[in-house]
Amino acid sequence: MTLLTVENLKVHYPTRTGLVEAVRGVSFTLGRERLGIVGESGSGKSQTGRAIMGLTPPSALITADRLDYAGIDLLRASARQRRSLRGGRIAMVLQDPKYSLDPVMTIGKQIVETLRTHARVPGDEARRRALEMLEAVQIRDPERVYDLYPHEVSGGMGQRVMIAMMLIAGPEMLIADEPTSALDVTVQLEVLSILDRLVRDRGMGLIFISHDLRLVSSFCDRVLVMYAGRVVEEIAAGDLAHAKHPYTRGLIDCVPKLGEDRHPLPVLDRKPEWAQ
Amino acid sequence: MTAILSVAHLRVRFDDYLALDDVSISVAPGASFGLVGESGSGKSTLLRAVAGLAPVDAGEITVAGETMQGGRRSRDFYHKVQMVFQDPYGSLHPRQTVDRALLEPLAIHGFTDTDARIRRALDEVGLGPSFRFRYPHQMSGGQRQRIAIARALILEPEILLLDEPTSALDASVQAEVLNLLEQVRGERGLTFVMVSHDLGVVTHMCERLAVMQGGRIVEEVAAADLARGVVTTDYTRHLMVASKGFVRPETV
Repeated sequence: MTLLTVENLKVHYPTRTGLVEAVRGVSFTLGRERLGIVGESGSGKSQTGRAIMGLTPPSALITADRLDYAGIDLLRASARQRRSLRGGRIAMVLQDPKYSLDPVMTIGKQIVETLRTHARVPGDEARRRALEMLEAVQIRDPERVYDLYPHEVSGGMGQRVMIAMMLIAGPEMLIADEPTSALDVTVQLEVLSILDRLVRDRGMGLIFISHDLRLVSSFCDRVLVMYAGRVVEEIAAGDLAHAKHPYTRGLIDCVPKLGEDRHPLPVLDRKPEWAQ
Repeated sequence: MTAILSVAHLRVRFDDYLALDDVSISVAPGASFGLVGESGSGKSTLLRAVAGLAPVDAGEITVAGETMQGGRRSRDFYHKVQMVFQDPYGSLHPRQTVDRALLEPLAIHGFTDTDARIRRALDEVGLGPSFRFRYPHQMSGGQRQRIAIARALILEPEILLLDEPTSALDASVQAEVLNLLEQVRGERGLTFVMVSHDLGVVTHMCERLAVMQGGRIVEEVAAADLARGVVTTDYTRHLMVASKGFVRPETV
């Protein structure tokens, strides 16, 4: 079943020096699967996620032939309707929990706030569900963490709290924008396995945005590779070794790997026609 | 083999927190030495202690035959040892042009042929003279990191301390900066001490590396041995598995 249909999505920013075309005609569909979007900074991958979420600043011009989420036309939806979707049926995990959590509110309160924004739940049940959710993201002592402030927990735990908060309202689709880039490699894998299990058990659709092609291909079913605001290649994660586009190949090759002796490293030779 | 840089039984304490505990390393001239570990393992603190940026509690730091006294460093030390930081957005003054940033170390050390040196330094890091009067915000992250490297190289140091020089950059830009670093090291016979959390990057750049955890060195190993999997501690093995990417449990 298709959750999300994106056809010819464009995000443009009018500036003093002309129109900045951040996203230039992106199309894809998402079912209950794990879709990766990979690209360098400035490739438009985050802008795509934000446009779907409705978090683009008002100055942006967003157009699309279709931007449809479960039968709702997102471009025509009222602000109120989009608010109820955001955090309710569509959730988003951002890169750094240091900035995405409210620093002056306890963790428990923040999770409960999300839940009660989207569902009529009495206070004690909200608390119970928040504690359950903290346990589901493998926080060992949920009762203690519930009363802590975000600065009192580590980066890895902060990101688990963020995931708990995003999943408590039971979304059908999760957009994760570089959810593990701010974390250590070992913590990264713990957070990913939690995310993986929750997405699978709840049958959610996941859009995983990252610059790390290797990580994305080991985690997702399907990968979109973006360059200069366009999708240059769509490929099943398992077939990445047979990628055709020179940009995708370049992204795979330029990363130094354990046990390889390549001096100097191959660098990307950017061709202007890739951006056409 | 006489070491150009040696650290013996170093201890660094921030109030009650022991950031480095009995750490010893020794780096030969012209070698490239890597420090790997997770956040909080003390790898950056070790580098900063060498540069005189962390309070040394006990132990000895010797650079090119000169033993350091506490946190004070002579002007001569900074002529020999330069540092490149992680974040090119934070390590360049936002209101200073490239020209000004490169002039500063030259002025401090009393060089007179500044114009020729600045031009040569820009050329060496692969940026043309057109970058000379730009501000940091007019450059990309990779270009900024090149300027930070040019600033470190302009004094012709013998040792370069690299604190995660590419972790803020895209993979493709990272490859360019790593190639640049290898190239200047080959040309000038520099000694590198490089901190990174990425095992792939460190084994690519360094011949020997130390794995750090909780303020201690848990293992020192040659990069070639690590690549072949000849390691002795579980922690190193754990890091190696983690660097390979995500493995879905059901596939086991």
